[in-house]
Amino acid sequence: MNFGFSEEQDLLRSEARKFLDESCPLDEVRKISEDAAGPGYSPELWRQIAELGWVGLTIPEAHGGAGLGWVDWVVVLEEAGRSLFPAPLIPTALAAHAIERFGNEAQHAVWLPSLADGSAIGTVAIVEAGQAPGPAGIGLVASRDGESLVLSGEKVFVSDIAAADLFVVAYRFGDSPGLALVERVAEGLTLESQPGIDLTKRIGKISLDAVRVAPENVLDGANGEAVSALLDAGAVAVTAEAIGAAEAALALTASYAKDRIQFGKPIAQFQGVKHPLAEMYVDIESFKSLVYYAAWCIDEGHEDAPIAAARAKAYASDTFPKIGIDAVGLHGGIGYTWEYDAHLFLKRAKWVRPAFGDADWHYERVAQLGGL
Amino acid sequence: MDFDFSPAEEAFRSEVQAFIRDHKPAPNDPEGVANWHKQIREKRWVGFSWPREVGGGGGTISQQVILKEEMSKAKAPSLGTCFMGLAWVGPALIEYGTEEQKQKFIPEILDGAYQWCTGYSEPDSGSDLASLSCKGVREGEAYLVNGQKIWTSIAMWSKWIILLVRTSGDGTKHEGITCLLVPMDSDGIEVRPIKNMSGGAMFAEVFFNDVRVPLGNRLGAEGEGWKVTVSALAHERSSIAEVTGLQRTVEAVKELAKRCTRNGVPSHLDPGIRARIARADAKVEAMRLNGMRALTRQLKGETLAGETSVNKLHRANLEIELGELALEIQGDRGPLDGAATEEDGRWQRLALNWPEVVIGGGTPNIQRNIIAERILGLPKD
Repeated sequence: MNFGFSEEQDLLRSEARKFLDESCPLDEVRKISEDAAGPGYSPELWRQIAELGWVGLTIPEAHGGAGLGWVDWVVVLEEAGRSLFPAPLIPTALAAHAIERFGNEAQHAVWLPSLADGSAIGTVAIVEAGQAPGPAGIGLVASRDGESLVLSGEKVFVSDIAAADLFVVAYRFGDSPGLALVERVAEGLTLESQPGIDLTKRIGKISLDAVRVAPENVLDGANGEAVSALLDAGAVAVTAEAIGAAEAALALTASYAKDRIQFGKPIAQFQGVKHPLAEMYVDIESFKSLVYYAAWCIDEGHEDAPIAAARAKAYASDTFPKIGIDAVGLHGGIGYTWEYDAHLFLKRAKWVRPAFGDADWHYERVAQLGGL
Repeated sequence: MDFDFSPAEEAFRSEVQAFIRDHKPAPNDPEGVANWHKQIREKRWVGFSWPREVGGGGGTISQQVILKEEMSKAKAPSLGTCFMGLAWVGPALIEYGTEEQKQKFIPEILDGAYQWCTGYSEPDSGSDLASLSCKGVREGEAYLVNGQKIWTSIAMWSKWIILLVRTSGDGTKHEGITCLLVPMDSDGIEVRPIKNMSGGAMFAEVFFNDVRVPLGNRLGAEGEGWKVTVSALAHERSSIAEVTGLQRTVEAVKELAKRCTRNGVPSHLDPGIRARIARADAKVEAMRLNGMRALTRQLKGETLAGETSVNKLHRANLEIELGELALEIQGDRGPLDGAATEEDGRWQRLALNWPEVVIGGGTPNIQRNIIAERILGLPKD
């Protein structure tokens, strides 16, 4: 029994932290993310992390990746979250994950190497406006035209639209959900980036107007369960980033509370300040444990994977927004300023909350999977 | 990361499971229960974590987890019956006791010959335990004890008390505290049970009026009482047994919800109730996994800085929330008491007895202080 990280994983973590601290501190994060006309990430840093092997971390070695697991991936994501690193890491990995799990050998050979080395950027398009994130919420319809599928409909909350070369799109054919690969250049595909609160996470909507998908771009292994599994993978990934971001928010606030003197003493000495900080720690440690276990379940193909992912995302969606609010609030006036960094974490929490299903959605799944 | 136990540890698990299958007594079978306790004593599963030379089982941390987990899952009778003796009196004796004290008390604790109670809290010393003022004055070969203890659980059924007294007013408040082992039938001890809000009486006030305690009944050196207490409490292990208990409670709440109707809807279909049950479920699972992470660190030989306080806070919140939830699920039947209740008043008791757990082991605010100070490095109040 060992619920801890290996030496290699600890090393991966310290390397990731060192790289991000040196190459992408928060002023760099601001420069990249506040440039509204830019792609929302630094192509140069993207090239570097691809060389470090992070982009293709979970892609099999045979297809140019590092062949590591989700537990390793969580380590990198925690550090990426701690730095609020703006890059299409999660969407690219999820696109690759979908292709690897539900695609065939030919699809692996076509797509995985370029996603692994960062030369192609992928993203996933699952949720629709006002709908539940699961397979039941898919309204985008597919019809047949000869061998091809023809897709029409709209997807929202799609990450990194400006950067993505490939979209993994969830559709419904009759009552059967499926996943199709749609290239950026596809005819009938309209992309619309939308301004968001969290500038480090670019989102937007895409419209498909009779987009033709050739049979080689349909993931044959995908069904309703596959869509759920992809959502779960996304939920685990963004929650792993949330661990790092929440820890950074806590560290920033605790450090401020130790230095800030009011009524003749550091405000960290007042229980009205120290207790909310302790509560942040309790919640972070708890969703951290839930995420680690969920990642392990994905690696092992364990039957607990869906409920483990649901518990992790529900807990984090429930508590991370409050951590963001308390991080700003405990700072007082300075926390409200654009210049000070506290709001960056609060904004990340607003993005994390609905991503791949919010707390209500996932708690309901916990209830269902738990026999209610 | 690997959640599997080694083959040897799994073999131990099978041994435990087989034992439970063969020996677990029926609920109303006193003879079976007595036999159970005799058997587990022979197997050294009572005091399983203690060294073998004092009569314990010398179990590894993993084996302790497995034993507790299986016993709790099977709702088997407790591992031993001398609760406080096993929880902290024994560990304190093992670390600080004289040979004579160990030989006298430890076998009796393991046998469950009688109960121990704990004389720590006083009317003016609760969370601030080290401010205690019950006095022990050296008089020849004895201490003369005068003062009062309160919230002393099972004092009325105990034969011995582990007692903290102030033997000196010099130095810091932590210095000058001494630990004594005192027979409850000593002249000058008076026990007054306190009725709690559920109507029962589990704890009491204990008054000491010129009680003579021989020097040989001192545990550790004079002035070392705080250290003796803290080190014994540090033996508290990860919360494995509590977690299995809470898992069972969550499952029972689900079953309760399926049986009850509220506001015209079966309770288990009410979205609010479903969300609250799921929230409790996720918290219990987080506790289980937090415990495993802490355990992993202990297995690597690391000492914990207060991480167990995370699970103590969760447990406190859950004890309260599950009691509230269970009554709300019953709607207009929630406020009933006595024969008309679901499961013979089980949920009403839960809703009224949470302070035993929530306040007993250090209040939630004390746990928050521990996290803030020991882990986050924030200044003391």
